Amino acid sequence: MERYVNIDNLSVGYDGKVLIHDINLQLDKGLILTLIGPNGAGKSTILKTLARHLQALGGAVYIGGQKISAWSAKEMARQMAVVLTERVRLELTTCAEVVAMGRHPYTNLLGKLTPEDITAVAEALERVHAMDLANRDFATLSDGQRQRVMLARAICQQPDIIVLDEPTAYLDIRHKIEILDILRNMAQEKQITVVMSLHEIDLAMKVSDYLLCVKGETITAFGTPEQILQQYSIEKLFDLQTGCYNPFFGSVELSKPCGKPQLFVIAGGGYGVSFYRGLQKRRIPFATGVLFENDIDYQVAKTLSDCVVSTPAFTPMKEEQYNYAAQLLLDCPAVVDAGAPIGALNQINTRLLSLAREKQIPILTQLS
Amino acid sequence: MKTKNTTLPLDNSPVLRFGNTGVFLMVMVLLLACLLMGLMLNVNIGSVSISAGEVFHMLIQGIRYGIANLFTNGAYGQALQNEINAATESQILFSIRIPRMLLAAVLGGALSISGYLLQVFFRNPIAGPFELGISSGAKMVVGVTLIFLAQYLGNISSLTLILAAFLGSLLITCVVLLFSQRVQNMSMLLVIGIMVGYICSAVTDFCITFADDHDIVNLTNWSMGSFSGANWDHVKIAVCICLFGLAAASLSAKSISAYALGETYAKSMGINVKLFRLVLILISSILSACVTAFAGPISFVGVAVPHITRTLLKTSKPLYMIPATFLCGAVFCVFCDLLARTVFAPTELKIGTVTSVFGAPIVIYMMVNRKKMEGV
Repeated sequence: MERYVNIDNLSVGYDGKVLIHDINLQLDKGLILTLIGPNGAGKSTILKTLARHLQALGGAVYIGGQKISAWSAKEMARQMAVVLTERVRLELTTCAEVVAMGRHPYTNLLGKLTPEDITAVAEALERVHAMDLANRDFATLSDGQRQRVMLARAICQQPDIIVLDEPTAYLDIRHKIEILDILRNMAQEKQITVVMSLHEIDLAMKVSDYLLCVKGETITAFGTPEQILQQYSIEKLFDLQTGCYNPFFGSVELSKPCGKPQLFVIAGGGYGVSFYRGLQKRRIPFATGVLFENDIDYQVAKTLSDCVVSTPAFTPMKEEQYNYAAQLLLDCPAVVDAGAPIGALNQINTRLLSLAREKQIPILTQLS
Repeated sequence: MKTKNTTLPLDNSPVLRFGNTGVFLMVMVLLLACLLMGLMLNVNIGSVSISAGEVFHMLIQGIRYGIANLFTNGAYGQALQNEINAATESQILFSIRIPRMLLAAVLGGALSISGYLLQVFFRNPIAGPFELGISSGAKMVVGVTLIFLAQYLGNISSLTLILAAFLGSLLITCVVLLFSQRVQNMSMLLVIGIMVGYICSAVTDFCITFADDHDIVNLTNWSMGSFSGANWDHVKIAVCICLFGLAAASLSAKSISAYALGETYAKSMGINVKLFRLVLILISSILSACVTAFAGPISFVGVAVPHITRTLLKTSKPLYMIPATFLCGAVFCVFCDLLARTVFAPTELKIGTVTSVFGAPIVIYMMVNRKKMEGV
């Protein structure tokens, strides 16, 4: 069966020079597709080609079974709305007027707004929770408010598909969440298909039905966020040499301090994270243990240290781990006790502390 | 005054306002009143002062015969001529003052619209036909036409002048356009325009220096920059061209509002941006060419008037801005012409001198406050 969006062997680029070729994907109506990838990879180029701001250099895009290059400008405007990154400079224009511009493809020669148009404007403003901004001057808005109003303008165009280029750029975390929630609701309730680019991979994973990884001359991966996570590493996509991206939490760790461990951190249960990060900031290499592999501490520790003593989840720690940890500990001039709780399965950590006391290695409970 | 507000079907939602119609109507009425007052003053005041009662009487007579003449295919032409020739006052009134003030009004409006369209085009509130050197370019081509082509063309009609001015306007607009792609800064565009204007003036001066005295006479009269040479033929042509320009601009209002968001947004709303930009440049050039052809380059009206109008209207809505700008430009020029004519009578000032005195401070004010205007 024909899918709603069908991108067939599309080549995109500027000035006749192909940047990315052989883009193939299908998407159903009412789903969210997000393009992720490093800066300059061509996310915007693909979006611009979809929106016909750039000419396709090969292949074709079909929406609802129709080739979009065959649409008239007006037809296109009724099917697709865009939200761009470029800053809009307007003076003495109210937000209601900005949103009403979305009615352009529907109004008459002079742009007179009918009652239906005005209802559409009101609904769009309501949908982005910007009703209180309606009569404010657009120039006086904050970035987050502007973005919501521009989204309302796109919604007001009553398209079947919305293309957004980095809708969360410049926004703080609260407004990022707001915008993405609105998009999710629109996709769910109005069956509007959303194609956008995002820089925040963690948010992209959470909001999207499909991800498209853009890097190099062809598409590197396409699939559901779960599929992408399994088969493809974000570090590879962004060429992360230093630092690390944790797909579980969508969190980023900075580069690990190199060299021989200076401290041994006895941690677990999340007590170690702030110590690890504190040591990373001071560029002090450390060893840590003994951690269960399902521990939050383990997720952070393995990206910040080369010497992590760990044990599989839910199994008691073994002597061999104790020996390894003890060896690392004895090589360090000091030990940090993160204050992690000790239970039946991690008695070894108590033994490590006693060992440190016995050998008169200083034990710190906080980083100075 | 009743404003056109539309309530929403949703509860607890504020009333949406799409440009304040009440303010617009009020401003229009105010401007119309000012225009009428300006026209009355213009007709009254002069080296021969004619009382308001007389003016009124003569006007009624003139209009009566004029209309009768129109409908009877010239039967009343003689009567109209007699009425005009009856007294020196009526001669002054009908052959000098009325055409002059009408021309001032129409061309003032045209110049302002031309400036407004350029501001839309360059997305720059300090663009105007004079400021970007376009008027000087028109003058240059007109000058060249008068000096070098007069002998081949024989008698130079006002249409030829307009055509020459139009070519000059288009030429310089294209030059400025080429430069504008390389500069992002609003003030830089203005500087380039002024420089281009100087180059055009230099070329014009160069031509004058090496031209015959006979040809220069034509030119200096014309390039004085004043409405003093106005006659009814000029008025007819100017009115036709300017009304066309006004209508064309009004029809573009919808696209202008979308274009304000930026080129890509405009495109995504179904506007043929290339065609729209071409139309803007053509209308703007026709209007400024018409002004330059009849009155020479007039400075600062194109920038100052749209700014005043925007401040009065408190909205940028093009559908309101266009008629209000036209009217405001008419008022501005009628009063400036009145001053030019009367302040140092019998010596007449250039109209550009007066418009500069009032317009330039406004432009300076806008430049100083441009950070605020950029809305960032």
